[in-house]
Amino acid sequence: MVKDQEFLEKKASYCLGLAKKLGATESSVIVDNSVSETVNFRNKKLDESNRSDDLGISITTYVGKKKSSISSSNLLDENLKILIEKCVETTKNTPEDEFNSLPDKDLLAKEIKDLSLYDDTHIENDQKIDYLKRLEVAASNDKKIVNTESSFTQRKTNFILANSEGFCNGYKTSSFTASSVTVAKDEKSMERDYEYSSKCFLKDLDDAGELGKQAADQTIRKLSPKKIGSEKIPIIFDKRIAKVILSTFASAISSSSISRGTSFLKDKVNQKIFSDTINVLDKPDKLKGLGSRNFDIEGVKTETLKLVDQGILKHYLIDTYNGKKLNLKSNGRCGGTSNLYFENGNISFKDLLNSKSKSLYITETIGHGSNIVTGDYSVGATGFLVENGEFKYPINEITIAGNFKDMFQNITLANDLEFKYATNSPTMMIEGMVVAGK
Amino acid sequence: MSNFFEKSDLSRSEAENIISDTLQKCDDGELYLENSKSESILLDDNKIKNSSYNSDLGFGFRAISDEVVAYSHSNEISKNSLKQSSENLKSTLKSVKGTYNHEIPKSNKRYYENINPIEQKSLNEKIKILNEVNKYLRSKDDNIKQVTANFLGEQKSVEIIRSGGETLTDVRPLIRFNVSVMLEKNGRKETGVYGVGGRQSYDSYLKDDNWKNVCDEALRIASVNLESKPAPAGEMKVVLGPGWPAILIHEAVGHGLEGDFNRKKTSAFHNLMGQKVASEGVTIVDDGTIDNRRGSLTIDDEGTPTEKTVLIENGILKNFMQDRLNARLMKTKSTGSGRRENYRHIVLPRMRNTMMLSGNQTQDEMIKAVDKGIFAVSFGGGQVDITSGKFVFNCTEAYEIVNGKIGSPIKGATLIGDGPSILKEVSMVGNDMMMDPGIGTCGKAGQGVPVGVAQPSILINKMTVGGTKL
Repeated sequence: MVKDQEFLEKKASYCLGLAKKLGATESSVIVDNSVSETVNFRNKKLDESNRSDDLGISITTYVGKKKSSISSSNLLDENLKILIEKCVETTKNTPEDEFNSLPDKDLLAKEIKDLSLYDDTHIENDQKIDYLKRLEVAASNDKKIVNTESSFTQRKTNFILANSEGFCNGYKTSSFTASSVTVAKDEKSMERDYEYSSKCFLKDLDDAGELGKQAADQTIRKLSPKKIGSEKIPIIFDKRIAKVILSTFASAISSSSISRGTSFLKDKVNQKIFSDTINVLDKPDKLKGLGSRNFDIEGVKTETLKLVDQGILKHYLIDTYNGKKLNLKSNGRCGGTSNLYFENGNISFKDLLNSKSKSLYITETIGHGSNIVTGDYSVGATGFLVENGEFKYPINEITIAGNFKDMFQNITLANDLEFKYATNSPTMMIEGMVVAGK
Repeated sequence: MSNFFEKSDLSRSEAENIISDTLQKCDDGELYLENSKSESILLDDNKIKNSSYNSDLGFGFRAISDEVVAYSHSNEISKNSLKQSSENLKSTLKSVKGTYNHEIPKSNKRYYENINPIEQKSLNEKIKILNEVNKYLRSKDDNIKQVTANFLGEQKSVEIIRSGGETLTDVRPLIRFNVSVMLEKNGRKETGVYGVGGRQSYDSYLKDDNWKNVCDEALRIASVNLESKPAPAGEMKVVLGPGWPAILIHEAVGHGLEGDFNRKKTSAFHNLMGQKVASEGVTIVDDGTIDNRRGSLTIDDEGTPTEKTVLIENGILKNFMQDRLNARLMKTKSTGSGRRENYRHIVLPRMRNTMMLSGNQTQDEMIKAVDKGIFAVSFGGGQVDITSGKFVFNCTEAYEIVNGKIGSPIKGATLIGDGPSILKEVSMVGNDMMMDPGIGTCGKAGQGVPVGVAQPSILINKMTVGGTKL
């Protein structure tokens, strides 16, 4: 069982009290507990069970404009005492920084809404095993599938965030996650692909058979890939890759990258950075949303932001420290975005595929090829050649490259947005990128 | 050494009893205890941005029956918590009928000293060096717009208690010192990053103002990139410099030779044992026994002493890297490659220091042999799909080669290749093997572990370069 609010609050107030006694002028603390239980299957048999019980505490103390922090998994009072003494001591020896402070009191969240983030249901390991059996039977139906691995995790968390300004709040969350990874083989090749479902509420989880079948289908269609020549060609990003491009956009507008001057989107507020039709929203109060929250990790209230309106950048993602540095108020994005998404475009998936006589549909990218200082992008890719709306054959061992500044101006979105992750995008087409192959 | 039972209501002998009782009919398993202390001190944007300290304590209890692994971990080292974990393991492995394998090799060799690097240098001294780094760099070049420098230090104590009470221990120091520089000139921005590290004190790496060399190298890379032009797109010859570019070896063949993927037959290498997978003259080892290296370990996280494992000898595939579980199921021995990020994670077969050994040729000969291609010197990281065998790595410093001569610097680009065939495309192996500077972290199944790589200069006949210039 995940620890209750009372236990976490008691630890938090012990820390704040002690920090004050030892000379901290301000302090904040997060105490959290997560309990997760995972069962893994492989080739229709039990492979692994894993139970985790993680407790953690992290404390930040201020002495005037000096700041330091500690974290630990050992929550015994005598250990916390040693650590807080060390933390306050270190704080006193750390140079001042004029921008160090807790959030402004009037920005702290006052109202805590019930966002339906916690499902009390407990799923026993035997039930997880039943789910995985059904999943793997469906996944291994086709003879080309030579290996199946699947996993089911139930996770429950609880936390308290408290600070010396009197803020003290927290709540429970839950998640139920199932995944299926399959390997298919033919005479020429061996390929792997996956499918995944994660929800706050158990009853919303995808059907086991559907999940397994989808993973298998996505793997089998990748068999016997070809390598194509190097050329400029329109690229269509599957939703699971399009969302990664949106995440890169989010890191480029984080106030820390902006204030340090290390982002290609610095000084671009109120400028057009995307094509006219593009809108980007970050909505923290979505019911059952995988990224939903009442406040950020500093306790600052969060509201829906239209980050991009008709192609124009409207906001950075601002925390307290970098906000003060930029002379802007925190908008509750310390720790990043909540439920971030591109609004739907006005063309169907099918019409998007059909819109060019020849394009490349990308289902997977590998490598860390996004540079947010320059905007340069170059990654390894796997996908399919699309001709006149039809998937012709699978492709691999190619790279795709461009620069986000140009890529963002050349995006067309389909109207097939789903909320499968915390960050989501409809299927996306970008013109003008370069494929390197043969 | 940590005494894990000192402040607990659980005594060592009670713990041993619970372990033996839980594991009696299992094939393998152990209680893994870990106490780690780590610090991070960061200078950024002309200020000490962050000074933080972490202390982490916990255990992971593992029971294995045939192919099935049951694992349970907790931060609370107490009677109640260990018993709960034991119940959890027993309920997964309902009817076990194995024989516990008590055999575990022993060695007295140690590859690093029992020190706590965090305590060996005061906070004030560390802050002083970071401020000097900032001042030194900003005075060197007017185009410097940002300097980031940080110290990361850690001491990890581990104890492994096996059924029957056999106990193995290790204390592992680890440090890293990194510098990152951003230059801006005529509206263009580029960065350069460099670092050093390993299993010794900070001073072993920074004495005699050696931190200046780290700064100079970061600045040099950033300056080169400021002049870079778009990278070419397509297949061409690639010369890799010595040292850190061995990320290629790590991604292209290293992961594919880990025991678990081969037992499961999901690696592109699973049916290639004894076969030629690389050009003659290519020998690759994975070595955990080099003194003070980032990837070295006295014992692995199952208690097995590490070793130097020959993976590919003169082009022929010789061995996979094994932990105890995969070794038993594949009827071979552990190579001391069983590792985990920390007590929260299960053991997996992992790399330590993966190295391609020297040949006889010079880097000059390689450059001269290329009409059109690229010379890649520094890399950011890589990734592999072990099933299809396709891998990538990202250049952070590279030049074009035209008619046997090094030309202009080119922008960072991703290179992609096919693991099982790429080493057959190696046509020259240099005589200049070098270790990396000690900054690598390898990720697998959500777990990061410190690793090293090494290689001489090599010439690859054909690789796809992911630039934008057609």
